[in-house]
Amino acid sequence: MTAVGNAGNITDRNGGSLADQRQQLAYVATQAADARLNVEIETEGMTLNIGPQHPATHGTLRLVARLDGEQVVEAEPIMGYMHRGYEKLAEVRTYPQVTTLINRIDWLGSFANEVPFILAAEKLMEVEAPPRAQWIRTVLFELSRIANITLFLGDMAVQLGALTPVFMAFRDREFVLNQIEAVTGGRFHPNFDRIGGVKDDLPKGWIDDTKQAMQKIRDFCDEFEDLVLGNEIFQSRSRGIGIVPPAIGLSYGLSGANIRASGVDWDLRRDGREALVYDQLDWKVWTHPDGDSFARYWVRLQETREATHMVDQLLDGLPSGPIMAKVPRIIKVPAGEAYAATENPLGEMGYYIVSKGDLVPFRVKIRSASFSNISITPWLLRGVYVPDIITILASLYFILGDIDR
Amino acid sequence: MTAATVVSGLLAVEVPYWAASIIKVGVVALVIPTAALVLGYVFLMKMMSFMQSRLGPMEAGPYGTLQLLADGLKFLQKEDIFPAKADRTVFALAPLVVLISTFLIYVVIPTGPDAVVAQLDVGIFYALAVSSLSVVGILMAGWASANKYALMGGLRAAGQLIAYELPLVLAVMGVVIQAGTLDLQKIVTTQATGEIFGWDGIGNPFILTQFAGFFIFLVAVQAELTQPPFDMPVAESEIVGGYQVEYTGFRFLFFFMGEFGTAFAFAALASVLFLGGWALPWGDLGHWGFNIAGPAIMLVKVLAVSALIFWFRFTYPRLREDQLQRLAWKFLIPLSLVNIVVTGIFKVVL
Repeated sequence: MTAVGNAGNITDRNGGSLADQRQQLAYVATQAADARLNVEIETEGMTLNIGPQHPATHGTLRLVARLDGEQVVEAEPIMGYMHRGYEKLAEVRTYPQVTTLINRIDWLGSFANEVPFILAAEKLMEVEAPPRAQWIRTVLFELSRIANITLFLGDMAVQLGALTPVFMAFRDREFVLNQIEAVTGGRFHPNFDRIGGVKDDLPKGWIDDTKQAMQKIRDFCDEFEDLVLGNEIFQSRSRGIGIVPPAIGLSYGLSGANIRASGVDWDLRRDGREALVYDQLDWKVWTHPDGDSFARYWVRLQETREATHMVDQLLDGLPSGPIMAKVPRIIKVPAGEAYAATENPLGEMGYYIVSKGDLVPFRVKIRSASFSNISITPWLLRGVYVPDIITILASLYFILGDIDR
Repeated sequence: MTAATVVSGLLAVEVPYWAASIIKVGVVALVIPTAALVLGYVFLMKMMSFMQSRLGPMEAGPYGTLQLLADGLKFLQKEDIFPAKADRTVFALAPLVVLISTFLIYVVIPTGPDAVVAQLDVGIFYALAVSSLSVVGILMAGWASANKYALMGGLRAAGQLIAYELPLVLAVMGVVIQAGTLDLQKIVTTQATGEIFGWDGIGNPFILTQFAGFFIFLVAVQAELTQPPFDMPVAESEIVGGYQVEYTGFRFLFFFMGEFGTAFAFAALASVLFLGGWALPWGDLGHWGFNIAGPAIMLVKVLAVSALIFWFRFTYPRLREDQLQRLAWKFLIPLSLVNIVVTGIFKVVL
């Protein structure tokens, strides 16, 4: 099933017509113009520079917003303040060295960054990791998803002014980080995936510990469903704010939970072509028809809970066998081009590798999710109030490293 | 009936007018920083930390008790920075206006039969009037900073404080009708000597009959103090501190003291109006011992009310400015009007 095939089944809450929305916007604009004429006062707009040093931009995103009172007339995100040139740096590093680098793209779910790169390189080399390595990869992939999204669940609440949830998120995220550390030795930057397999096997007693940690994360999800999603103020701040119609979302290249919250049933874990072991698990893709900030939070919360069940299943079905395929000690990737994309915590992440048969890649193009997700903001922020800018940015959930690379 | 009378009563000496004035100034000047320190330590640092599964400050002094003193000293050492385009005089005066409005509230809060700085016949009216002065200071700070975030914060604060002044006053109206006086001291004695349906076991603390008023009062106080869920004027994640954004050093310290000092003052007003103030419903209210026990009784009640205020603060997300106005005009004000009508009917009938 491809993305395009799925996009046909869009259900738009507002009757599906972009024309209707345009008409509505035009109506609002006319009303505003009338109001200005009637009072014969026209104030100049104010340009507000949000960031690059602003607590709501988690890093160094800059947003230039032209305001009319507290209402946004237009807003433009300006990125590049954290550009580290990873695509260029990858060209002077051997394939095993690149994983160290790309760990730092989405720093909250680092392991997930390595997987699509390794998969693309494996495609070029025509090796396939043995089953046990595939399963361990998938377990760690889901663990980094949980580590990433639990922080979002707390962070969006703190953006809306509730101070406490973010500390709970940090507290419970620790259980997952501990498990990742126990396998890989790194809490944030594991650098664990190898072409043809993974670096090490799982340590003794890890499976039971991880299952306990998953239970704690499920409790955390239950608590947050009640504490944050059930809060009336949170609902009134996020429901109906920043609605992304499915067609608009797809045209801007949104992916991950952002597009699933608009009712598009598309998940690369199920619909993608990469050979992780998701097809052997019993799980479901969560979608929400509303497409607003609340829906994006809701979908991410459900996905976190789903991921814990997936980890449990993966640990139960873990096959035995080697963890590395036969690969030469010095890795030279044959000439060719390959693209691999996976469903990372933030959305679709892909690497397009062009190889000339050297020790180093000739060119690496990184398709990161946040870059596309943030590109919808000028469309989405038109006409909202200043506090809603923060809600919308928080709910779109970007990591600066993932935008700028 | 002043604080000076307490001293003269205890030491059996006549206190001349000049000495009495110095004592009064000293009391008010000491109480506010202490109040701000106590609230800041107990609630902002420890209660918030325990709610968020952390310990809070532990190093400065036993159990971190001296942390705020250390912070205060740190603020005093900071450079006094004026933004290049700021209106220097207004910028410098703004924190003082806020702090003075806090000081002025303390003047009328009674803590014993004689332990009150100034007993005014229109005490509660005065207290609510001077508490609104802080809006002027906040607007001054917002405008003079020459910063867009500060300006937005200042304007939000002005809109919000004006909207919430009304429910605050109307909530107090119920108490005033029931007590039949604006004098805070008399409101306290009315509660201590009152009776509920003929039973005078615990007096008649107005929270029992004015529970709606108490609720409105607390919500409005939360908005007056610009605390979550109504902290839009300072919203950390939106406008990065609002009107405080350009302030450093001791001017910022003034805002901090004003914030917690006002929280303490409003908690004290709430305990005077609704919880019976310094008095206990038993014993002779005129006894001089209440001048000693009164402040302690008040402190317990104030801490209980502030615990409630700060509990809300650390629990709720922030509303949007328009949602806040809707809450004030469409819910709180009608509710407080109904409360006044019901109180009036009962007052006439009973």
